[in-house]
Amino acid sequence: MGRRILVTGLATYWGGRLAQALEADPDVDVIIGLDTRRPTVALERTEYVRSDENYSILSRIVRATGIDTIAHTFLVVDSTQMSSRTMHEINVIGTMNLLAAASAAGSTVRTVAVKSSAHVYGSSPKDPYWFRETDRRVNSARTKVERSLLEVEGYVRDFARDNPHVSLALLRCSNVIGPDLATPITKALTLPVVPKVAGFDPRLQLIHEDDVVAAIMFALEHRLAGIYNVAADGMIPWSEVCAIAGRHGLPLPPVATALTTEILRRLGIIDLPPELLQVLTYGRGLDNRRLKEAGFSYRYTTAGAVEAFMEAVRLRSTIGDRDTGYRYEDDVEQFFRHSPSVNRGVRP
Amino acid sequence: MAQPEPEARTAAPATTEIVPVNLPPVAAAPEPLADPRTGDVDEWGRSENIRSIVRRIYDPMYRHWFRAEWEGMDKIPTEGGALLVANHAGAIPSDAPAIMHGVETELGRPVYGLADHFFKGTPVVGTLWARAGGVVAHPDNAYRLLRHQQQLVLVFPEGSKGPAKTYNERYRLRRFGRGGFVEIAMRAGVPIIPIAVVGAEESMPILFKLPSVARALGAPYFPITANMALGPLAAAVHFPAKFKLRVLDPVSFPDVEPAQPRYSRSRIMDESEAIRQQIQEALFDMLRQRRSVWFG
Repeated sequence: MGRRILVTGLATYWGGRLAQALEADPDVDVIIGLDTRRPTVALERTEYVRSDENYSILSRIVRATGIDTIAHTFLVVDSTQMSSRTMHEINVIGTMNLLAAASAAGSTVRTVAVKSSAHVYGSSPKDPYWFRETDRRVNSARTKVERSLLEVEGYVRDFARDNPHVSLALLRCSNVIGPDLATPITKALTLPVVPKVAGFDPRLQLIHEDDVVAAIMFALEHRLAGIYNVAADGMIPWSEVCAIAGRHGLPLPPVATALTTEILRRLGIIDLPPELLQVLTYGRGLDNRRLKEAGFSYRYTTAGAVEAFMEAVRLRSTIGDRDTGYRYEDDVEQFFRHSPSVNRGVRP
Repeated sequence: MAQPEPEARTAAPATTEIVPVNLPPVAAAPEPLADPRTGDVDEWGRSENIRSIVRRIYDPMYRHWFRAEWEGMDKIPTEGGALLVANHAGAIPSDAPAIMHGVETELGRPVYGLADHFFKGTPVVGTLWARAGGVVAHPDNAYRLLRHQQQLVLVFPEGSKGPAKTYNERYRLRRFGRGGFVEIAMRAGVPIIPIAVVGAEESMPILFKLPSVARALGAPYFPITANMALGPLAAAVHFPAKFKLRVLDPVSFPDVEPAQPRYSRSRIMDESEAIRQQIQEALFDMLRQRRSVWFG
């Protein structure tokens, strides 16, 4: 029997990408995507269920569909996307409800993958250059997204401890870069001059978006259990990232940097959240050996990911946005999925 | 000779019924792509290009100002990891650059210098320090450098207590931390190579310290040095004390299994104290033979 997978955050970039990847997998029978908004990518057989942001509907879905695998890709790791209140609802309350439903009596869930972020490690001068999965952060978390993710990981740890029969993989992803994803880093790199903190040239480790999707797929497929860092090989200075992007740096003062970024934000130039500012000052590296030892191989190095991103930027500057013009239409999607007239198994 | 006709090609398919096959799109082979690096900054922040420029600038200083003289350089291995351990002195320590420069020019292999995280948190200084081979003294960093990359690593077990001591306490070694350097060497399975340095103490002697200023700056200490008496510019210039460096016999731990999570605390403290004694005695010996601070 094939797997029955629930993807949270179907309308987010990661949910959509993951659902597309799962659709191509013949071993997956059922894909159910949950989100507050409609999917933004074309999906062939994924069933979309609209939910509220903290998933109160979830236990009913798990019970009704006999889900055996959950891919939790809904965690917000970019605090510029929404208010901290919404982020708290989605991250902390959402995860709490999700895991409560997954651990309810009679639950069929046996595999869970949670996409978290390296923000849980923070960034400070006292850090080891390479964080291992067992390391705790050096300074206490001050930014909202870090605190929110730490709370989430607390629930995840409790769930894993209470449900030893479930393989739970907690993936801590490094800062992601790639052709299709918009993050503060990609936005910064497309500005005419790239902000940097004067006097600092931190070494960063990035990861290509495809490698993140591949890592989640890998975790689900191999039913990994435990914490895994997901970060490309190579740690390169921010100046070199800018050089690959062909951009010059705009030095921000090393003191009162937060004030300067606030001005940049107010002017609508760029929103550099405090957790990213720390990384742009002190850098951060993740020890990625554990996932590699499990058998995963990364396609892109850090420099390669930046290069791939810049190639996409150059293409876009020539041909414009690669907008597929896809819009989710309930009736059309329902027709394709459920009408007896549709030849299922044949791609349209 | 006639080519034998392959049978498979001639055999007609048993069934002619066409089954629509819905194959998933062939996933791109996950073979790793090339790494398009443009710079030479390694994962520790060290850049061989910048390091060679620093060596070129520092070399006249090393040769003609400090007139550094080594004894027993051949005890430092030319390959494999080793932990160099030395005494530490001078308000702005002049021993670290001298040791790193000497070993790199003589042996032609990089030396990574472990130091307080204070450097990394300081703008400009922190970046230059990292490019020149400075690494934050974290056990994980040292382990990775020594065990996995088999590099030479320089550490001053006295930490900032060494350079922070005033002139009247010169050449009297402070506590060697909590013996963390011995534990790392055991875990990494590399020898410890003690080095005794004479000269650094006199190159920038501390007259007294201002703890309140240090607190305000977040620095480990804030010294008032003799060099400051010669004007604000001279405050950053070392006196031309004669440098003598003696490499002592390597200490290895063949009976200890590497890569263990814990080691005997008493063994660590004993070894640490023995190495401290060894360096201290070498210093006394070198000072007995020294006729002049400036001419050796």
